[in-house]
Amino acid sequence: MITIDKVSKHYGSFQVLTDCSTRVAKGEVVVVCGPSGSGKSTLIKCVNGLEPFQSGTIHVDGISVGDPKTNLPKLRSRVGMVFQHFELFPHMSITENLTIAQEKVLGRSKEEARAKGVGLLDRVGLKAHADKFPGQLSGGQQQRVAIARALSMDPICMLFDEPTSALDPEMINEVLDVMVELAQEGMTMMCVTHEMGFARKVANRVIFMDRGRIVEDDTKEAFFANPRSERAQQFLAKILQH
Amino acid sequence: MNYEFDWSSIPGALPFLWEGMKVSLEITVTAVIVGIVWGTLLALMRLGTIKPLAWFAAGYVNLFRAIPLVMVLLWFFLIVPQLLKGFLNLDPNTDVRLTSAMVGFALFESAYYSEIIRAGIQSVPKGQVSAASALGMTYAQAMRLVVLPQAFRNMVPLLLTQAIVLFQDTSLVYVSALADFFGAAYKVGDRDGRLVELLLFAGAVYFVLCFSLSQVVRRLQKRMATV
Ligand SMILES: Nc1ncnc2c1ncn2[C@@H]1O[C@H](COP(=O)(O)OP(=O)(O)O)[C@@H](O)[C@H]1O
Ligand SMILES: [Mg+2]
Repeated sequence: MITIDKVSKHYGSFQVLTDCSTRVAKGEVVVVCGPSGSGKSTLIKCVNGLEPFQSGTIHVDGISVGDPKTNLPKLRSRVGMVFQHFELFPHMSITENLTIAQEKVLGRSKEEARAKGVGLLDRVGLKAHADKFPGQLSGGQQQRVAIARALSMDPICMLFDEPTSALDPEMINEVLDVMVELAQEGMTMMCVTHEMGFARKVANRVIFMDRGRIVEDDTKEAFFANPRSERAQQFLAKILQH
Repeated sequence: MNYEFDWSSIPGALPFLWEGMKVSLEITVTAVIVGIVWGTLLALMRLGTIKPLAWFAAGYVNLFRAIPLVMVLLWFFLIVPQLLKGFLNLDPNTDVRLTSAMVGFALFESAYYSEIIRAGIQSVPKGQVSAASALGMTYAQAMRLVVLPQAFRNMVPLLLTQAIVLFQDTSLVYVSALADFFGAAYKVGDRDGRLVELLLFAGAVYFVLCFSLSQVVRRLQKRMATV
């Protein structure tokens, strides 16, 4: 589904990504972790072309992301993305947040978009909030709306960039529950997260990044049992303390 | 000094003054609308990735912001009438001063509006564009549906304040002897030898209008701050 091959990226002389390669198969859940600044966000944003990269290739469903001839908006409309800070549109109601792209990008009718949006809102347990505005919801609720918004486009895979790290602790689980359910339904997912409980529960593989390199890419079992690199060992020890 | 105020020429002149007020308002409204539309386009050019357009917009804004308004207006009074008459084969006696004033103000104000709008666009967090793009929106859609509505909502007070300044500045059309509100007041005062009264009256009207509108802006700002 997602194939990342020898991707490198730099800002001026600063190397953000060096020779990153990995694959996410259909239905697979891959968790990406690593210290802050190691390039996780950058890598995941390269996957749907939100960040350009200078060398290497990325294919999503066989389509080359870096190819200038690729219709990026069209590709992105098929790849769901969830951000750390939710990024709901504050000037639109929750329902409009869920329908705008369906209507303007996919060309669905108002009724069809609305039906789909309300259904998804129900699924993330927020049907009662359809007419509110994002500012009236808690962080956890906003993030669940953001997941529903991404799902409204019927994505072939989902990208998550630290979806719970801006949340108060008591709200983390309501978001993780939605993500676990999604994973169990067979959604292809690439998740940047430090929630190791989530990784243990649903990940197939865990990728560990450090200073722009993928230093571990292993099955969940192997990663947790015995991380190969010292950096990953230290990182895990630190994270599991919390 | 013993000046005897005599306000008696004002009541009879009200219809004429109102005609002048209409001219002032027409110029203001036209310049605000054109200024916002053209200013938005300039701001988008300036922030966009097409270099020649960005240079053009930057040059335009810097040029108009570096020249006194009164000079721009004079140029337009001297040049636009000639052009219009030439292009449209108008009778040489057609009065195009109002049109020239509108064009001059609109082009001048666009430079100021574009700076307000550029700041407004930049005040919308980058993540909003990322989110819109991630949903498959094109750059134009992201701007139109996501960024500009938020930018304008943040900018309403500034845009209104600029409109108040613009309304006051319309009095500068006196350089073309066009009878806007100020010009009309001046004419009546001059005719009746009651310049002091008429100008005091005109000043009071400007003050009441602009002060009330600026109070509205303050209320708006307060309400927005609490949302
Ligand atoms: N626009 C940018 N210009 C320069 N450096 C950047 C830019 N964006 C990110 N970086 C740098 O790239 C590195 C990786 O960032 P990021 O991918 O956000 O890391 P992570 O998500 O793992 O915390 C960081 O050191 C960051 O400072
Ligand atoms: Mg990050």
